[in-house]
Amino acid sequence: MGSNRRLSADPLGQKQREPISNTNLLLTITICTFFGMYGMAMAVWGSGFLNPQQFLDLFNNNAFLIVVSCGLTIVMIAGGIDISVGGITALVTMACVVYLDDHSGSVVGSMALALGIGTAFGLVQGFLISYLEIQPFIISLAGMFFAKGMTTIVSVAPRTAKHVAFLALKQFRIVIPGIGSYGKTGNFIPARVELGVVIALAVVLLVYAMLKWTRFGRNLYAVGGNNQSALMLGINVKRTRFFSYLISGVLSGIGGYVYLLHTGAGNASNASAAEMQAIASAIIGGTLLTGGVGNVIGTLFGVLSLKTISNIVIASGLREPYWQSITVGLMLCFFILLQSVILSIREKGGMRKN
Amino acid sequence: MKSQLVIPLFALLLLVVFNLIRDAGFFSLSITVNNNGNSVLSGNIISILNSASELAIISIGMTLVTASSKGQDISVGAVAAIAGSVFVRVLREHNITWPIIILAFLGGCVAAILCGVFNGTLVAGFKIQPMIATLILLTAGRPIAYWINGGATPTVDSPLLGYIGSFIPGVPIPTPILIVIVFAVLVALILRFTNLGLYTQAVGINEKSARLNGINAAGMKILSFMILGVCVSIAGCISVSRIGLINHETILLDIEMDAILAVAIGGNALSGGKFSIAGSVIGAYIIQALTITLYAMKVSSTAVKAYKAIVIIAIVVLGSPVVQGYLLKLRDKLFQKSKKALESQAYGE
Repeated sequence: MGSNRRLSADPLGQKQREPISNTNLLLTITICTFFGMYGMAMAVWGSGFLNPQQFLDLFNNNAFLIVVSCGLTIVMIAGGIDISVGGITALVTMACVVYLDDHSGSVVGSMALALGIGTAFGLVQGFLISYLEIQPFIISLAGMFFAKGMTTIVSVAPRTAKHVAFLALKQFRIVIPGIGSYGKTGNFIPARVELGVVIALAVVLLVYAMLKWTRFGRNLYAVGGNNQSALMLGINVKRTRFFSYLISGVLSGIGGYVYLLHTGAGNASNASAAEMQAIASAIIGGTLLTGGVGNVIGTLFGVLSLKTISNIVIASGLREPYWQSITVGLMLCFFILLQSVILSIREKGGMRKN
Repeated sequence: MKSQLVIPLFALLLLVVFNLIRDAGFFSLSITVNNNGNSVLSGNIISILNSASELAIISIGMTLVTASSKGQDISVGAVAAIAGSVFVRVLREHNITWPIIILAFLGGCVAAILCGVFNGTLVAGFKIQPMIATLILLTAGRPIAYWINGGATPTVDSPLLGYIGSFIPGVPIPTPILIVIVFAVLVALILRFTNLGLYTQAVGINEKSARLNGINAAGMKILSFMILGVCVSIAGCISVSRIGLINHETILLDIEMDAILAVAIGGNALSGGKFSIAGSVIGAYIIQALTITLYAMKVSSTAVKAYKAIVIIAIVVLGSPVVQGYLLKLRDKLFQKSKKALESQAYGE
């Protein structure tokens, strides 16, 4: 692969041995860190981390974050930012629960509602940001405020879904044959995966394919890398930006539904601070906020790394919640510094070559 | 007057007019006697000015950071928690007297300035986007504040703190308002009589040419983050003094978002460069006036955000270059038409 090889005009490098691109280098580091961390955890704390169900729970518990982070990655590659994702997630969970229970809605209807809310936010935010040229931070901040406010207008009290068909869907588990653990009585418990995980992985693959093989995907990198030159190459910068926010909005809607499938409850405090976690995941995965560099597979591993380090902190006996935040902060610091140092070294190397 | 201030002032005016139409007595002031036996001013105006104090102070620093580093510091709430925690910790370990309060404030100030240096070094030295660099302290700041006070929500009780947080005996105006005025005048004087403002703008507009002209660009950026640190520690100490306790989870929660909004509503470009401190301060008061208006309209505190978002979008849409372009064109058209009509009339006669 080499997502920005075609863009990083480096004719010397192409003729000789092709150098690993920035995107791939950062991605490799992230994947190695994740497996290294998990391997170390397995070696040191054993029991819990050796249980395949605990590994799969990483996905089960964070499927929504994976979906939402994918959307954010697209926006960040195009050089923007969308901090409304957590708010939209909360709004979708609440709206769907109220629709299912109070308005005797159908499961398909609730899915349509989730998609509709996400699309509506994406359309409005995308239009305001790309066509009216307003700063994305302000618009998505207003979007977050609006979504959070609307959530409490829909219902102040937290709600739990009681809809029968929906609960059946929520209980649905995919049993993975051959993998599992042994319970206390020696019985074999097969490992299970929730429906949301399938959705999340499908989203990751779709977004990956889109970024890599479609014209729109390549345009995103071009716009994020340098929107002036993208414009001169004949790329419709405004439309590309607009669609990046639209996709992020739609994915937030899907993410909200996945969240609902996991918890089955609507609550105004659902997915609070999810936007910051999603941004952190994308950064750990090697996406630069400046745009033009990024990869959705990296984002997936970013989410997993972020959650694994929390698990490790808990396993190592530091049970006070503040230790988790401090370690996540340190990890973020480490990755940000690493990226900055690597990129500046490469920049200097590139300059010398030229 | 700078044209940048037209929209924020207009928005503020609209809010005032709206409130007057809704309730003629909204801005009435009265003198009441508070628990300590002081006669003090009270009314909606005072409560808007009073409760916006922290936001106004932080948005002053945020404007400088935005101007120089082309990005925003999203860790201000967390750093305020750290500064407030140091303030409380020092106060709890001594008998509270004025020198000790000043010492405690300086302690909080040093902590916040160190956080500023950390953020500034990441931004200026390692060339990391400000929002990403400050994400670290946003995540870790409140937990550190929790750890400073040994994991509790400590209280400090002293009439002296009440002087800072509410009223000084004999003065009818809440002290936080006075602090904002003194601080704003101080900043205005510094910007007027030093090169700080000029250099900050130069770095924000074109870092390379600023450096070639002999300005220490990295130093200016770090300095702006340090100034923001001072602002944040003042805001943190006011906030602690108001209620006499610190809750690291809730102190100045989400103030980073409001401060960035204040900067944007004030007509400052979030992409750096030219700035107007006055605009940001007006922005801060607009946000607070809006919140108090919504409360007065019996909107529940959680739903306020939704209405706030609509107003914010309306303001930024009006201020967006594209919409302003359309409006200017429209004005020109109307103006030309009337001019032509006048001319034809004149010729006709």
